[in-house]
Amino acid sequence: MIYLQLFLSYLKIGFFGFGGGYAMLSLIQNEIVEQRGWITATQFADIVAVSQITPGPIAINSATYIGYTVAGVGGSVVATFAVCLPSLTLMLFLTRFFLRHRENRYIQIVVKAVTPIVVGMIASAALLMMFPRTGANENFTDVWSWVLFAACMYGSYRKVNPILMIILSAVAGVVIYALVPMMC
Amino acid sequence: MLLKLFTTFFKIGLFSFGGGFAMIPLIQREVIERHKWINSKDFVDMLVLAQSTPGPIAVNTAVFVGYKTAGIAGAVAATFGTVLPSFIVILLLALFFAEVRENRYVDAAFRAMRPAVVALIVAPLMGLVKGMKWYLIAISAAVALLVWYFGFSPMYLIAGGVAVGIAMAIYNGRKGVQR
Repeated sequence: MIYLQLFLSYLKIGFFGFGGGYAMLSLIQNEIVEQRGWITATQFADIVAVSQITPGPIAINSATYIGYTVAGVGGSVVATFAVCLPSLTLMLFLTRFFLRHRENRYIQIVVKAVTPIVVGMIASAALLMMFPRTGANENFTDVWSWVLFAACMYGSYRKVNPILMIILSAVAGVVIYALVPMMC
Repeated sequence: MLLKLFTTFFKIGLFSFGGGFAMIPLIQREVIERHKWINSKDFVDMLVLAQSTPGPIAVNTAVFVGYKTAGIAGAVAATFGTVLPSFIVILLLALFFAEVRENRYVDAAFRAMRPAVVALIVAPLMGLVKGMKWYLIAISAAVALLVWYFGFSPMYLIAGGVAVGIAMAIYNGRKGVQR
């Protein structure tokens, strides 16, 4: 029965989680911590922290982690599948409809109206990461953060492979924050 | 083809640290420039659709590219590829390495990767803004400010945009009939 509960909870999270990633966090917290009581608020904070150091969407990370905590490997499979199902189906229908009617004038007008809003939302995500409204700034901790930021901006401008830039930043981080302080 | 979709999105999923938007530069590189599965016009449309649909942006973009390239099977293959890396990593973490987070090298690497990821999100934004008219840029700036500074829910802004779009479409339609 726990599988069914996990499935339904994450189906709900997937269905109502507009705006992706961090926008979904409060929804997840409400459902999993407050409604179901599957994990504590501290555990939830831990999951958010773990999600930040692992690749992939936070909604999926939390589904896998909480599913595992609540009901083992089977639970993680069920929760992850459930959280993907609504976007997979809805987006399939929307994409299918859009690709068939994209030349339609009305569709084009609606897409044109939404485009600047989407661009603004991406900008706000970046702003939130650079200058968070509440709490400590975990993304830009010192002057090196800004050096790395500038270097990656220049790298993007020169069309350096983003995967390479992420790997190089990780290496630079180990040197700057772990190896150098250890030697001094 | 399906395998290629799967492996490409597996790669994208594996390196998208910091949430859905971090996928954008990787998608530009792998899907637009290397495989040419979609063009930059599709890319903007895809972002609009992905944001207007609930659920992780990563999954929504994978569905769009997968469907456009190889139909429903393509959408499933791309979604599976996106989800699998984070599923495996989290499961391993939950199973074996509870203490990975406290490791000083892991911590150091991530401290440097976070600002890098922000830069990778900002950079493609410049490209999107370049092609836009000034009043559209002003709307984008207002939205960014509302969400970032005033904590507006993006969902209502998107819904508002769709409503304005439909109103404009109806208005245009009327004009067309009168002529």
